[in-house]
Amino acid sequence: MTGPTTQPAETSGLQMILVMGVVGLIASLALVGTFRATAPRIAANRAAYLQESLSKVADPNSTFTPMMAGEESWRDAQPTDIGARVFFGYREDSLTGIAVEASGTGYQDVIRILYGYDPACECVVGMTVLESKETPGLGDKIEKDAVFLANFEALVVAQGGVPSPVTMVKRGEKTSPWEIDAISGATVSSQAVTDMLAASTATLVRDLGRLGFPPVPARPDSIAALTAEPAAAPGSTQPNPQ
Amino acid sequence: MTGDTTASAVLTRGFWRDNPVFVQVLGMCPVLAVTNTVENSLVMGLATSFVLVASAIIVSLTRRVIPRQVRIASYILIIATFVTMADYIIQAVSLEIHRALGAFISLIVVNCIILGRAEAFSSRNPVFKSVLDAVGMGIGFTFAIVALGTIRELLGSGTWMGWDVLGPSFEPWVIMVLPGGAFFVLGLLLFLVNVIGERR
Repeated sequence: MTGPTTQPAETSGLQMILVMGVVGLIASLALVGTFRATAPRIAANRAAYLQESLSKVADPNSTFTPMMAGEESWRDAQPTDIGARVFFGYREDSLTGIAVEASGTGYQDVIRILYGYDPACECVVGMTVLESKETPGLGDKIEKDAVFLANFEALVVAQGGVPSPVTMVKRGEKTSPWEIDAISGATVSSQAVTDMLAASTATLVRDLGRLGFPPVPARPDSIAALTAEPAAAPGSTQPNPQ
Repeated sequence: MTGDTTASAVLTRGFWRDNPVFVQVLGMCPVLAVTNTVENSLVMGLATSFVLVASAIIVSLTRRVIPRQVRIASYILIIATFVTMADYIIQAVSLEIHRALGAFISLIVVNCIILGRAEAFSSRNPVFKSVLDAVGMGIGFTFAIVALGTIRELLGSGTWMGWDVLGPSFEPWVIMVLPGGAFFVLGLLLFLVNVIGERR
């Protein structure tokens, strides 16, 4: 604090702390400014991406309500529930389908998926990868391999409310509707998807058997509710129906 | 990395003579990890360049204010701030690219090129020259990783920036999109750059 710092050895501890503090303060302000400027756009991007993913695995014209299974009934999902939410799709007061988030460890990192579930046939009717860092050219085929994705067009995951043994088999050896044809050269990633689907669908089937379907929201008329709320918390969805 | 200090020399040396990847062999983590496609390489190159230039300006402006004892800690704080800003901006522009680059955006903080230029150049030179140096190094880094990305994507997927170039009859070399392929291509390019350098 005493004069210019031409002699580095004379720099006092207080001056060092002061400089670091000022640098930290300015850095904090810059970060807060950037966060505030980009947050609405990031939230909108995430909501749009989620809506697009929901449209891939369930009725695209439905309004989706994110829920979580509670002790005695379904409850509204909170931001902390992201990654395990159950989306109930409604159109004109009737349930059109269910989309469920699931996650598990792949070859590189956590894989997050979203799958569509049809309670009438007790089967998975579509699957899309929300997040994956799997090896390009190998593990990332879980997002694009047509034969692998065809597994999820009608994958039977329960019969009469009892979960089916969802298992992975080698490419071309699928004989039962609950088996998943693996991707050659990406068995770890295929197994990861199989495992997370087996666990998630078993839980879903049990929860649906235990709690039934949640009551139809009072205002299921806002079709684009997910994208109409850009300032929502990242990944969160529509406001609670009144 | 010394010698001619005219503005044009400072700007251009990062591209070839002192290229951060091919000559200084710095920043190998992103060079090897994200160059499986041209798009990833380009975004990583641009993000790194942004951080290089922004941190060069601040480091140069504060070079007489920040005591030597805390300079590295201060530089890391400055660089980390710009990296986090770049992270937010990329998320706002495209979630898809942000997901593709994964953790490597955050790891720009520890890219030796940025801290290296802050310590070796920006902390000892005025703002204008520091910016020229950072721009030159940024262009050199981007050029190098896009070159790697081009070879890896062409041979590994038969495409360039996602466009099908080599046609449906081309059998992709899977090794090229794996980490091993990055080492092969980097080794080959380092060899070529050295051969060209020796001939000059």
